[in-house]
Amino acid sequence: MSQKVLLNAKEVNIALHRLSCQLIENHNTFHNTVLIGIQPRGIYLADRIKIMLEDDYKIKNIQLGYLDITFFRDDFRRGEKPLEANKTSINFLVEDKKIVFIDDVLYTGRSIRAALTAIQSFGRPSEIELLTLIDRRFSRHLPIQPDYRGRQVDAINDEKVKVCWKENEGEDTVYLISN
Amino acid sequence: MNELSVNHLLGIKHLTQADIQLIFETADHFKEVINRPIKKVPSLRDITIANLFFENSTRTRLSFELAEKRLSADVINFSAASSSVKKGETLIDTVNNILSMKVDMVVMRHPNPGAGVFLSQHINASIINAGDGAHEHPTQALLDCYSIRERLGSVSGKKVVIVGDILHSRVALSNIFALQLLGAKVKVCGPKTLVPKYIEKIGVEVESNLKAALEWCDVANMLRIQNERMDISYFPSTREYTQQYGVNRVLLDSLKKEIVIMHPGPINRGVEITSDVADSKQSIILEQVQNGVAIRMAVIYLLASKIKVHES
Repeated sequence: MSQKVLLNAKEVNIALHRLSCQLIENHNTFHNTVLIGIQPRGIYLADRIKIMLEDDYKIKNIQLGYLDITFFRDDFRRGEKPLEANKTSINFLVEDKKIVFIDDVLYTGRSIRAALTAIQSFGRPSEIELLTLIDRRFSRHLPIQPDYRGRQVDAINDEKVKVCWKENEGEDTVYLISN
Repeated sequence: MNELSVNHLLGIKHLTQADIQLIFETADHFKEVINRPIKKVPSLRDITIANLFFENSTRTRLSFELAEKRLSADVINFSAASSSVKKGETLIDTVNNILSMKVDMVVMRHPNPGAGVFLSQHINASIINAGDGAHEHPTQALLDCYSIRERLGSVSGKKVVIVGDILHSRVALSNIFALQLLGAKVKVCGPKTLVPKYIEKIGVEVESNLKAALEWCDVANMLRIQNERMDISYFPSTREYTQQYGVNRVLLDSLKKEIVIMHPGPINRGVEITSDVADSKQSIILEQVQNGVAIRMAVIYLLASKIKVHES
């Protein structure tokens, strides 16, 4: 097994700033926009973006929720391992809101497909966008593309992209792992 | 551990502590789901579940059906009163006929103890026991313990007294197994005629004085007198039973602490519990009903996840 650094701490930081600025361009004060981190791995990126928007760009009262998609996945009873659920916490209405889904890696697009269905349980948003730190190009199973991407990578199927965060793994780094 | 150790839910006796913890954690997620504006998830859209009720039920049956529908399963209902069982069909024949219509899971209530175990040895589908005679009623025990955990923070170390007709109660037996597995202390309280002779052998103390039992406990689970299972007279009169084993406001106010009151339903108001107690803040009877749906969703979801697509 070998691993290669795709993004180091500095590059992750630059990407986060760029993504935050792009969000501000489109959503201005965020008065009608909510951020939704996709469980389990998207919530760390969502937390970071929220903190950055508030601390560095002085945008107040950003609403952030976490969405778990386990019960909406299309591979229930199909894998070796049972699916494990995580916590959903959305303490606001999404009816007529603009939503930005935030996830760390976009791969087949199936998680986002599940998230699009799952969010309907909380109302009818006016529009939904997708922000992802890593976009694995040429690996989509569904016609889903990100609106904001940190870095586009070409990775073959048996390679894995791992996003590490300072608060969990001690450093902000993105690795490409191959067997 | 994120998988149950069993393929059927036949009784609490077959479960491990880790199984119950997993069911509770999964139920936490489903409790959040059933409080959403849209209370449905598509997980079980390719699973068909048959609810076979060979004995009457309102709450359990509705609760199971709702849990199945909230998970998007296809549901077929069957009650013995209006079926070929009346014409002499055997249990296995009835179930096999239903299964040949491609049913993946069976929820069964049956008047004979052990009916679920018997069926699990003869058919190839996941079985959930929704009550078998006076034997077990596992989902009720799970939702009771879940409700205690929700109200008091945990089940471990709590003192629970089960009051009333222990002899005929599947709720009592399943509750005793589940509470003990989760580390609670259990006493039973009731007329001697309605307490099984060897109950102390499974680590349960018997207390015949209701006031003493209530002083001791954190939670009192009040059971109904199961007149339909009584072929002889077990106590002189309902009035006398109520005087000795019914809870009322005066009795609860005379205790040194506030205890939690539970009841699996259906309530006989004025017999084992008075209306002012049943509807008071101390009572978690309606929380039990709400938690019942979440617990049953969790059990069905976890068992269904063990039915792999290529096998079904």
